[in-house]
Amino acid sequence: MMNKLKLIIHREFIAKVRNKSFIVMTFLSPLIMVGMGALIYFLMQKNDEKVKKIVFVDHSGLFSTEDFKDTKTIHYTDYTALGIEETKKKVEAGSYYGALFIPKQDSLELLAQSIEFYSKDSPGMSLMNSLENKISSKIRNEKLNNFGIDLAKIKASKIKTSIKMFDFSGEESSKLINGLKIGLGLIAGYLLMMFVMIYGTSVMRSVIEEKTSRIIEIIVSSVKPFQLMMGKILGNAAAGLLQFFIWGVLIFAILTLASTIFGVDILEMQSAGISSEQMETIKDRAVGDKSMLIIQEILQLPILKMFVLFIFYFLGGFMLYSSLFAAIGAAVDNETDTQQFMLPIMLPLILGVYVGFATVINDPHGSIAVLFSHIPFTSPIVMLMRVPFGVSWYEIAISMASLLITFVCMVWLAAKIYRVGILMYGKKPTYKDLYRWLKYKS
Amino acid sequence: MRNLLEVKNVVKTYGDFTALNNVSLNIPKESVFGLLGPNGAGKTSLIRIINQITLPDSGLILLDGEALAPKHIAHIGYLPEERGLYKSMKVGEQALYLAQLKGMSKHEAKKRLKYWFEKFDIAAWWDKKIEELSKGMAQKVQFIVTVLHQPKLLIFDEPFSGFDPINAQLIAKEILQLRHEGATIIFSTHRMESVEEMCDEIALIDKSNKILDGKLDDIKRTFKTNTFQIGLKTSNAKEVTFELKQNFEVSPSNFKLLNDSLTLNVKLPKGNTANDLLSFLTSRGEVQHFVELIPTANDIFIQAVQKNS
Repeated sequence: MMNKLKLIIHREFIAKVRNKSFIVMTFLSPLIMVGMGALIYFLMQKNDEKVKKIVFVDHSGLFSTEDFKDTKTIHYTDYTALGIEETKKKVEAGSYYGALFIPKQDSLELLAQSIEFYSKDSPGMSLMNSLENKISSKIRNEKLNNFGIDLAKIKASKIKTSIKMFDFSGEESSKLINGLKIGLGLIAGYLLMMFVMIYGTSVMRSVIEEKTSRIIEIIVSSVKPFQLMMGKILGNAAAGLLQFFIWGVLIFAILTLASTIFGVDILEMQSAGISSEQMETIKDRAVGDKSMLIIQEILQLPILKMFVLFIFYFLGGFMLYSSLFAAIGAAVDNETDTQQFMLPIMLPLILGVYVGFATVINDPHGSIAVLFSHIPFTSPIVMLMRVPFGVSWYEIAISMASLLITFVCMVWLAAKIYRVGILMYGKKPTYKDLYRWLKYKS
Repeated sequence: MRNLLEVKNVVKTYGDFTALNNVSLNIPKESVFGLLGPNGAGKTSLIRIINQITLPDSGLILLDGEALAPKHIAHIGYLPEERGLYKSMKVGEQALYLAQLKGMSKHEAKKRLKYWFEKFDIAAWWDKKIEELSKGMAQKVQFIVTVLHQPKLLIFDEPFSGFDPINAQLIAKEILQLRHEGATIIFSTHRMESVEEMCDEIALIDKSNKILDGKLDDIKRTFKTNTFQIGLKTSNAKEVTFELKQNFEVSPSNFKLLNDSLTLNVKLPKGNTANDLLSFLTSRGEVQHFVELIPTANDIFIQAVQKNS
């Protein structure tokens, strides 16, 4: 019995991995993924490199060049001597990005409301924020001065508070790492959904192929339909794992290669999702070297735990769904007839991803996220998204157990439909038919 | 034990539909057993039960005196009517896989496959994919896969479909050879001429019930009507026909003799023998043709099914 199951798994596995599309997918996808990553990184670098040149005309006499220091992305030039009208013309004709006008006003309050910025393109939010911050801090200082408050004392009174975040398992977290966690979780959840869909349909196709080629009756005269179905599911799962591992190895190899050849810092690439502005603030606050911090934070991520859980949830989720895919494949004669049955299967998968995207980012331990990470049909996706934020073992255990129990029930149900469906030809079955098949004795 | 397979009171229903209604059969060892019946009569249901693809609702099946169990899969070879192979799999690999599923070791399967591939002169196909073969070629592979594990019981459902007459002849020869070597064969077909040619016993299933079974010769004997086909050379055909009608049941016959003889089908009443008819005919003219009409499998099939409905 076990021997036959092994034979089937082996055949299904070989049939899958020998398939041209599998080979192409396996070896091309990582290249494409790394290529995309590199492209995004490259584009962001290019974007940041562009320096905006801004001129300012200060009639208030409040600001000095001290207040408009050049930064990496913005260069300031003092055009006060030229006057407003001349400056406008110059800026419009020349290569400057924009002009800032600070008029003379009687009060600081009025001044704060009457500063103007002219530019050819509408300026980005981050630029305006940084200009506004500059001006309001200067005006505030000025007001403090007027109140007779010693600025030096204020400066001295400033204290930096940094709350270190821990969970009770002792995992330390920080804001930077939150970004990484979100990214990692979403990628894992999304990847899992894609895997389940791609491999689930592949199981379904394989069942349909056996039906249309009419080999099915020969096979089931040698093995039990349940064995055939399980062999198919397990064979495809093995192929999926193999693909996953090859991807892992390839991506790691390509990244290592790329970083040695081009001197690109892998760690920087991973944090490319964080805007440069944020980076600057982080850098300002950071005690010590930036990349050291990132390394530390990455090391703190539950990488091994995530890896193990990814494998588990992939297998659990895939087997749960692919048993349904197999039942659908058995019920119909050709792929076009699958449509009506596909929707109820796709729905929870897509829901899982949406719920994950919508809730986990805001509050990974919120009630909706927790609920959906326990419902077996969405748990593989949502739980994977939550895991980087640290989920207690007992929650994971409950989620895993309910997934396993549901999987067993679903396989049992699917096998009943499968067993009848594979020998039925002709009529396109309805849901009522499927229900009737459930009640047939073998 | 005379019978290889005994089917006892098998009932199978699908929902409200009864596919097999208390069907019993005995299939003797080393025989070719014709399982006949109109479409939808329940043959495939029975065959699937014998193959343990489905279980009967009630009833018992004995193979060689033992109740059918999973271990018997290795002793049964099944060629379904609707058959096929994995299209994108290579012939050799596929045959090996199917043989192993039947419980053969890889080594043994390879050896036996080599024998059959050489016998059918198809060794060159080993590395070809099924989709590269013609339908007839694929059927040959299918036949080999069915018989490869030397099963005690072989079930062929329309084995000749897809074969040209030459290959059909080859397969028929192989089937009879397998019986000669000790296999028992269940043969299901709608081609009645091959039933005549091959079957020792038959069973006829119609509307979920077995309506007829036994040795083909015995059945023919019970179905024959003591009717003779005659050809008589006589100058007075009209009068002879009239006279015949007095004593026997006469109907026109549509066969032709080379000369212009009177041809008729004559049914003898009970108690009369062929000699009575023959002596009457010889007294009226020259007997050109005299043969008893033995019902063909085709006649029996049609009569039995019509009577049942």
